[in-house]
Amino acid sequence: MKRSLSSLLNTWAEVRRGGNTITVFVAVLFILTVLASFSNLMLPVDSAFHVSTYTITLLGKYLCYAMLALAVDVIWGYCGILSLGHGAFFALGGYAMGMYLMRQIGDRGVYGNAGLPDFMVFLNWDSLPWFWLGMDQFWFAMLMVMVVPGLLAFVFGWLAFRSRVTGVYLSIMTQALTYALMLAFFRNEMGFGGNNGMTDFKELLGFSLSADTTRVSLFMITALLLGIAFVCSQLIMKSRLGRVIVAVRDSEARARFLGYRTENYKVWLFVYSALIAAIAGALYVPQVGIINPGEFSPINSIEVVVWVAVGGRGTLYGAAVGAILVSYAKTRFTALVPESWIFMLGALFVIVTIFLPKGLAGLIRGKAGSEDPGSDPGASDSRGSHRSGATPAESRS
Amino acid sequence: MSMSPFSMPVSWPKLSRSSPPKPDVSHNVILYIEDLSVSFDGFKALNNLSLYINDGELRCLIGANGAGKTTLMDVITGKTRCDSGQVWFGQTIDLLKHDEAAIARLGIGRKFQKPTVFEALTVFENLELSLRSAKGVWSTLFARIDGEQRDLIDQVLQTIGLTHERLRPAGVLSHGQKQWLEIGMLLVSQPRVMLIDEPVAGMTAQETEHTAELLTSLAGERTVIVVEHDMEFVRSIARTVTVLHQGSVLAEGTMDQIQSNPDVIQVYLGETP
Repeated sequence: MKRSLSSLLNTWAEVRRGGNTITVFVAVLFILTVLASFSNLMLPVDSAFHVSTYTITLLGKYLCYAMLALAVDVIWGYCGILSLGHGAFFALGGYAMGMYLMRQIGDRGVYGNAGLPDFMVFLNWDSLPWFWLGMDQFWFAMLMVMVVPGLLAFVFGWLAFRSRVTGVYLSIMTQALTYALMLAFFRNEMGFGGNNGMTDFKELLGFSLSADTTRVSLFMITALLLGIAFVCSQLIMKSRLGRVIVAVRDSEARARFLGYRTENYKVWLFVYSALIAAIAGALYVPQVGIINPGEFSPINSIEVVVWVAVGGRGTLYGAAVGAILVSYAKTRFTALVPESWIFMLGALFVIVTIFLPKGLAGLIRGKAGSEDPGSDPGASDSRGSHRSGATPAESRS
Repeated sequence: MSMSPFSMPVSWPKLSRSSPPKPDVSHNVILYIEDLSVSFDGFKALNNLSLYINDGELRCLIGANGAGKTTLMDVITGKTRCDSGQVWFGQTIDLLKHDEAAIARLGIGRKFQKPTVFEALTVFENLELSLRSAKGVWSTLFARIDGEQRDLIDQVLQTIGLTHERLRPAGVLSHGQKQWLEIGMLLVSQPRVMLIDEPVAGMTAQETEHTAELLTSLAGERTVIVVEHDMEFVRSIARTVTVLHQGSVLAEGTMDQIQSNPDVIQVYLGETP
């Protein structure tokens, strides 16, 4: 009797923790997306409730950022791996999509060359490099959106985690990774458009990128994929796998002595996270209409970390909300005082770290008073990067 | 000192893995430790140490700080690589060829000196992760706790006196409770060999007594190796005591034999009898 009661209590606690956030997040996302899309396509332009196509595109961009933030939260918030280079996976996904869009231009480019993108004609190349082959096929390009960043994450993660590189050292390596890629993509010889990157896209699967319907569709697809990524991540984190991941964050050595090969967990989580970031990047490019090596710049990746910190680590929804709010602030403030945004971003990070270590999600949760495995009740201020860094002795042994 | 991961056999990060072999204890010895040497920057933490542990034995290791007790546990569990020597689990399994996770899966569990539990997870979840079940990435994604495992956890919760704390995060437990939780994690994992580093540090007299009872009841079914400074405690549980000194075995026997051993007296009291 007593036992069945306690196991019942236990099951109830699991359900209570699992279901709520998923439903609320997906419902809010769904309703806002449908409302915005409806008011763009159905309401007359002069209506007070009309949402301009510019706003739709902006929202779509924010949702891509939200997805990228989600990817970073999965790895940082839950597993304590502070990646300062997730922009690399985002940009690689974006480049794969960019290559497809570039090939869709066909002979409508400035030089009217159906076989070669404009920048290659400009560089006097006479044939398509091997790595561009097949990129005119949508399915193949989409496969590359996943395969290239996924493979990079796997190789990088395998080497780093197997060598037991953790904490600050790992963060610096991820930063170096994205920086190296940026320098490489800046080079014209790389065959990715160099400094200018890729732009002037015309259509996607035959739909004109400048059409309102295409814009709205892209926005809706982004919302859908963000929803799917959110639900998948939430399910992973609520499974035993998620608990092992949190265990790795809290005490990796202990998890190893329980028989968990922690480096495998980290590698696969890193790949999963990179895939989400890559898909976000692929959705981002057709909406903003350009991809260039600037996307690889270290500051972009650091900005993602600020989004997650502002929203609240280890909650998933916090990361998405943080990304949207900070990006909105960026849109506003860069229009007003373009030069000072970087200082505001830095100040924001410092303020959040000191006064709001659990981010905005911490404020909400503090009121609701519920527990989540993603949060750390013991030490709210010393988590994340510090915790993952462990002691020097522990990280070396 | 630090283990170079590249000296380990290459293991591809597979999503799942097959079940580990069982130790062969046909000669009644479960752990063979022979001529083990470990040095840290010239300091010999272990110096040609040889030790044999019988299956089902309760063995206490004592010795001053720096005698090599924790280092020995580190080598057995795969945390530290040794310079020379051998460690065999039963007749057939060479522990030096395995890493921490593999050794844990073979059935060698460990409790740390400083209680280490997963603070953000609940007491129940801490125990759940310690269960003896598939530990691969893929299997944990779909793992569900079954009735038998739930019963085992409930039973262990009762033993360690944390039934009412089961849904509380481990981070909010007191030091003593964390100590118990870690013992519980060891119990749930049902290891063949338990290495327990200073189990009663920070425990009340009553808790110490409880621990002593628990450990003695485990012996026979499991092999228990305890490192402890508390001599009263050692006396209350130990059948065989091994004294380590400067990285080697100084003496071995019952507590009475140890206390009348001239070498031990000399090392501990600095005088010849």
